[in-house]
Amino acid sequence: MDAYTDKIKEISKKILKEGKVDVVMGFRKGTLGYMSEPYMAKSEKDAENLVFDCNCRMNLVNYLTNRKDKIGIVVKGCDSRNLITHLIENKIKREQLYIIGVPCTGLADKASLLAHADGEITSVEDDNETITIKGEGFEKKVVKTEVLQANCKTCIKRNPVIFDELVGEEVPELEIENRFADVEKVEKMSPDERWNFFGELLSECTRCYACRNACPLCYCPTCFVDESRPQWVGKSDNETDVQTYHLLRAFHDAGRCTDCGACEAACPMDIKMRYFTRKTIKDCVEKFGFEAGMDLEQRPALDQYKINDPNEFIK
Amino acid sequence: MEFVGLEEDRLHFSWISSAEAIKFSDVANQVSEKVKALGPNKKFVKRYPTKDTD
Repeated sequence: MDAYTDKIKEISKKILKEGKVDVVMGFRKGTLGYMSEPYMAKSEKDAENLVFDCNCRMNLVNYLTNRKDKIGIVVKGCDSRNLITHLIENKIKREQLYIIGVPCTGLADKASLLAHADGEITSVEDDNETITIKGEGFEKKVVKTEVLQANCKTCIKRNPVIFDELVGEEVPELEIENRFADVEKVEKMSPDERWNFFGELLSECTRCYACRNACPLCYCPTCFVDESRPQWVGKSDNETDVQTYHLLRAFHDAGRCTDCGACEAACPMDIKMRYFTRKTIKDCVEKFGFEAGMDLEQRPALDQYKINDPNEFIK
Repeated sequence: MEFVGLEEDRLHFSWISSAEAIKFSDVANQVSEKVKALGPNKKFVKRYPTKDTD
């Protein structure tokens, strides 16, 4: 990963110096050892702070919406798919961007790192195969595949789809046996079991909207939950309001979500809201044969009509 | 909606032209029969705390 970091710094300094971009969006070390935070480098000096490791859980495409300046941006495979979605939805122009692609071997799950640690974590090092967790009085090595985020285990595109420059050799894509095993498990339940499952899943939600704010798809000027005339959904932590919020957010992201996992990584209550979005991904793949953000030329599933669109639910 | 636990016969979709009066009445009857069989909906109903439950 140090090689990635060095390369990102090198490219960033070069494009900032040449005036190709006004700013480079990347990551820098966070205040906690197991977190890296989004960072905007505006000068060659700033670019020294850039890093890349298994703690870069946020999706930087989130910060691109409607920007007018020239931007260098660091993208992982999933982020690059969101970048495609942004380009298709006219939220940014290709000419404005210099895309620094990172062939990604996955991100480390926060909760798993904390479970492995014997105290406060001061640093997490990642060499693409082994992760070294260091803290006061302990040092532990774990195999990276054991502490991956759930979405990285079912990742279908680890290498960026679109880029101007890659920071390393492309990595092999994963071979996944059953990509939607988790969704299928829920589908097999009875309606009441499902109702209880999701009731339990969302019971801790405080409606802080961290998932929405971390999501590159959620760029509406006024989100439906913030609207008060008309007020589409109640603002309390009432069970029905919480369910309505998560369900509607999933519908808004349907056919656009790339399963980057920024929502779950941002959640302070560790809620697995990807169950909702993953169902929409599964339906899109099965019913429309569509995968979000894989191709600049292809219109999203919910944006086009085909004569063979499935319609058996209409009587 | 069914994925999050709504019963299968609770939600119906139909495409009916304004000229298809008979189809409209048939569908309406079918829907009400199916929903009656399920009984009152208890899901996605917002309940405010009352003096008794507090």
